Amino acid sequence: MNANGNRKTQLLVLLVVVSNVLGNVSLSHGMQQVGRIVSASPFDYLKAFTNPWTAAGICILAIWMLCDLALLSRADLSFVLPVTASAYVLVALFGKILLHEHISWLRWLGIVLITGGVVLAEETPTRTTKGPPEHLI
Amino acid sequence: MKWLLVAIIAICNTLGDVLNTAGMKRQGEVQDLRPQTLAWMVRRAVVNPYVIAGIAAMAVSFFALLSLLSIANVSFAVPATAASYLLETLLAKYVLGEDVRTRRWAAATLVAAGVVLLQF
Repeated sequence: MNANGNRKTQLLVLLVVVSNVLGNVSLSHGMQQVGRIVSASPFDYLKAFTNPWTAAGICILAIWMLCDLALLSRADLSFVLPVTASAYVLVALFGKILLHEHISWLRWLGIVLITGGVVLAEETPTRTTKGPPEHLI
Repeated sequence: MKWLLVAIIAICNTLGDVLNTAGMKRQGEVQDLRPQTLAWMVRRAVVNPYVIAGIAAMAVSFFALLSLLSIANVSFAVPATAASYLLETLLAKYVLGEDVRTRRWAAATLVAAGVVLLQF
C-alpha cells in the first residue's frame, strides 16, 4: 500500500480508537446510573436509552461501527485487533488523569504489554490479502 | 450469570469481527471519509449478507455487554473480549487467509495478556 493509503488507514485507526473510548466510557457511566438490567427483551433496554449518557454512548458507538467497517475494508483483522487495543491504554490513562484512579503495578504492566503489542502490530503491513477472502468464507 | 454473559460477548464479538472483515473485503476499500462515501458504504453493507450477520452478532454481544455492565463494573466487562484476541487472530489466519507471522502472534498475545492484567 502506498504512503497516502497507509496514512488513511492510520487515520481510521485513530478514529476507531477515540470513538471506542468515548462511546464505552459514556455508555458505562450511563448504565451505572440506570442500574440492573438482565433481560432478553429489547423493551427493557429502551428505558436505559433515555439516560443521556447511555444515549450519547450509543450514538458514539454507531460512529465507531462505521469507522470500524471502513477500517476493516482496508486492513487485516489481525492488524486491526492489536492496534485498536490501544483503546484500553487510553481508558486506563483517562481514569488515572481525570478520575484520579489508582493504577496498581500489575495494571501498569498490563498497559506496557498492550502498548508493546500495538507497537509490534504497527510494524507489520496493514494489509496482506488481495481482494476478498476466497476460501471457506 | 456473569460468566455466561462473558462467554456470549466473547463468542459473538469473534463471529462479528470475522464476518464483518470477510464482508467488507468483498465490498472493496473505503477510500475516504466523505459523507457520500460513507453513505455508499452503508448502502452496500446493508445488503451484504456477511456484514448483516456480523452486525447481528455484534448486536447480541452489545446487549450482553449492557446486561453485564448493569450488574458488574466495567473492569469485569472489558476482559470479556481478552479471550477473543487469540481466537480472532487464529480465524484471521486460517479463515480469512491473512499473513499472520511471529510479530502479529506476539502482538495478539501481548494484548490478551495485558488486558487480563488490567483487571488487577
